[in-house]
Amino acid sequence: MNGTQLVFLGVGAVILISALLVVTTRNLIHAALWLIVTLFGVAILYALLNAGFLAVVQVVIYIGAIAILFIFAVMLTRKELRDRGPQLNPAWWLSAIVAALTFGGLVWMLQGWSGLTRSAGEIPPGFDAVGALGNALIAPNAFVLPFEVASVLLLAALIGAVYVAFTRK
Amino acid sequence: MIPLSWFLILSAGLFSIGLFGVLSRKNAIAILLGVELMLNAVNINLVSFWRYGNIADMAGQVFAIIVFAVAAAEVAVGLALVISVYRQRRTVIADDLDMMKW
Amino acid sequence: MNLWADPVNLAARWMAGLLDGWGTPAWLSTLLIQLVGVVLLVSVMMVVDILLVWVERKVVARFQDRLGPNRLGPFGIIQPFADIIKLLIKEDITPHGADRVIYNLAPILSLMSVLLLWAIVPLAPVIFGVDLNVGALYIIATGAIGTLAIIMAGWASNNKYALIGAFRQVAVLVSFEVPMIATMLIPTILAGSMGMNAIIQAQDVWYVVLAPLAAIIFMIAAIAELGRSPFDLNEAESEIVAGFHIEYTGMKFGLFYAGELLHAFTFGGFWAILFFGGYRLFGLEQLGPLVAAVILLGKALFGYWIIMWVRYTMMRVRIDRMLAFSWKFLTPLAFALLLATALVNTLLRDASALIHAGGMLLTNVVAGAIVVQILRRFGNRERARIRPSARSVPAGQ
Repeated sequence: MNGTQLVFLGVGAVILISALLVVTTRNLIHAALWLIVTLFGVAILYALLNAGFLAVVQVVIYIGAIAILFIFAVMLTRKELRDRGPQLNPAWWLSAIVAALTFGGLVWMLQGWSGLTRSAGEIPPGFDAVGALGNALIAPNAFVLPFEVASVLLLAALIGAVYVAFTRK
Repeated sequence: MIPLSWFLILSAGLFSIGLFGVLSRKNAIAILLGVELMLNAVNINLVSFWRYGNIADMAGQVFAIIVFAVAAAEVAVGLALVISVYRQRRTVIADDLDMMKW
Repeated sequence: MNLWADPVNLAARWMAGLLDGWGTPAWLSTLLIQLVGVVLLVSVMMVVDILLVWVERKVVARFQDRLGPNRLGPFGIIQPFADIIKLLIKEDITPHGADRVIYNLAPILSLMSVLLLWAIVPLAPVIFGVDLNVGALYIIATGAIGTLAIIMAGWASNNKYALIGAFRQVAVLVSFEVPMIATMLIPTILAGSMGMNAIIQAQDVWYVVLAPLAAIIFMIAAIAELGRSPFDLNEAESEIVAGFHIEYTGMKFGLFYAGELLHAFTFGGFWAILFFGGYRLFGLEQLGPLVAAVILLGKALFGYWIIMWVRYTMMRVRIDRMLAFSWKFLTPLAFALLLATALVNTLLRDASALIHAGGMLLTNVVAGAIVVQILRRFGNRERARIRPSARSVPAGQ
């Protein structure tokens, strides 16, 4: 059990526990804050996977924009500052069974795959992950088309969100 | 070294927890929080397959970036809709939003 | 290696030898050495922070034609220590109905987001925390943590003025992040890397000569990110008392205040690294890492002085004007400048250094002239709208 494995176990425990708290806590602001802890854990996981650029982008986009958007939306959609009443559906035990079945099904399906316990390959020295990612995003025979389509998608979402939420005073 | 199975089981667990959140919460914003957890689980899967496969093939990371963009777009539009609904109906409990027009 | 050329590595090796002599396993000794390095960096930064309080108060006093603190110690240098003792012995209040954990966590996160920035600042070619190859993006990421701390502080105070102040501050922060990212991409394009060390090493000609307009836009966006005048909504005493830190007393307020000053100094440092050559000064940094560190801190102090100068000279801008300024003026300008810089850099990259520098400077001057013309037209139109009878200054005079 070396250091990397210990770090992974710790981060994985933090991710799963805070995710559970996100979906079960009563106070919605606390749920959003626990989501931020989960997202931070996922960013550390990306750093463990040698995807440093993705780790920083995760913090910038998810924690710096999406989580703040959630907190703003929670604050703007309540009549009073406290939450009242149960926060789970009456049939929540059914969805718990469905979630457990999903998890069991996924793990069982993974068991039958031969490559499950493979270890990570060595990263060749001098491998520039950020440069390779940049090349892949704009090379014509790589991923430039999904990249441009994603930017059009973001533009459409921007216009749609502004139009839907706009109030004319 | 960390075997690939650890990452995949972690992301399966995160996905199931997100699924539980989507299916069982009342508040519309809490449902969107569950969707965010599911998207993060998918991203962990994509990046770990990139790392444990052919590192020179950047498809895993590019996919993960596209998922970032899609998640951001979906959250923006979803929360705009929730806020707009709150202004009209004064509630965001998903059970109470059961009529198209009245 | 000797002490002058490579002090950090020498100290690390000595400590490693000491710990090995005591029989600690290798991973533990590495961890301990790194821990000592982190604690040392944080302590030095906090001491610099204390001195910044003194600098701030003396400079504001001189701008306002008075002397500033001069009772305690020579030139009042003991004054910040008295301030700290005062903050420490004040009563620690948690308002009724406040969310206790979030309320206490917010000032810690706010200071943490500033101290995290010092991990990537290269004080010398061999003195730095870590050489991240995504350094420019890391700056934005720590800014995101600071934004989070502000919302937590505003929400947990159970006070509607704190909440309004936090909303306004976060709206400004999120709006001004966009031009800041765009102008931070300009040194990235010119240097070919996002790492701070690489950007400094590539600045044979300082980037303030190659892209002065980008430096100005970065400074404006940074002042807005810091929450200082003329964008200081959270300290708008006449409007919302004290913004998101109304309910904080004693050392918790001290953490917010000290964090803000250190943040300003840090951004002065990043302005120096990105545009003024970092620790390079016509080859003087070759003398030794200590000289390079002094050069960088001197340039950071210069940037901090510019930030203070703007603060104590200009009036506060109204919130809707502020957001309109960012979205309708700075963002299009920053992106247009980014496009122009990338184009000119690609065209002139292989030409001689003089032509390259001249071409970039010309681009910036042309862009600046266009901007001034637009502003002049806009100003005339505003003047004519407010006072139709007054004679407006015709363009070209």
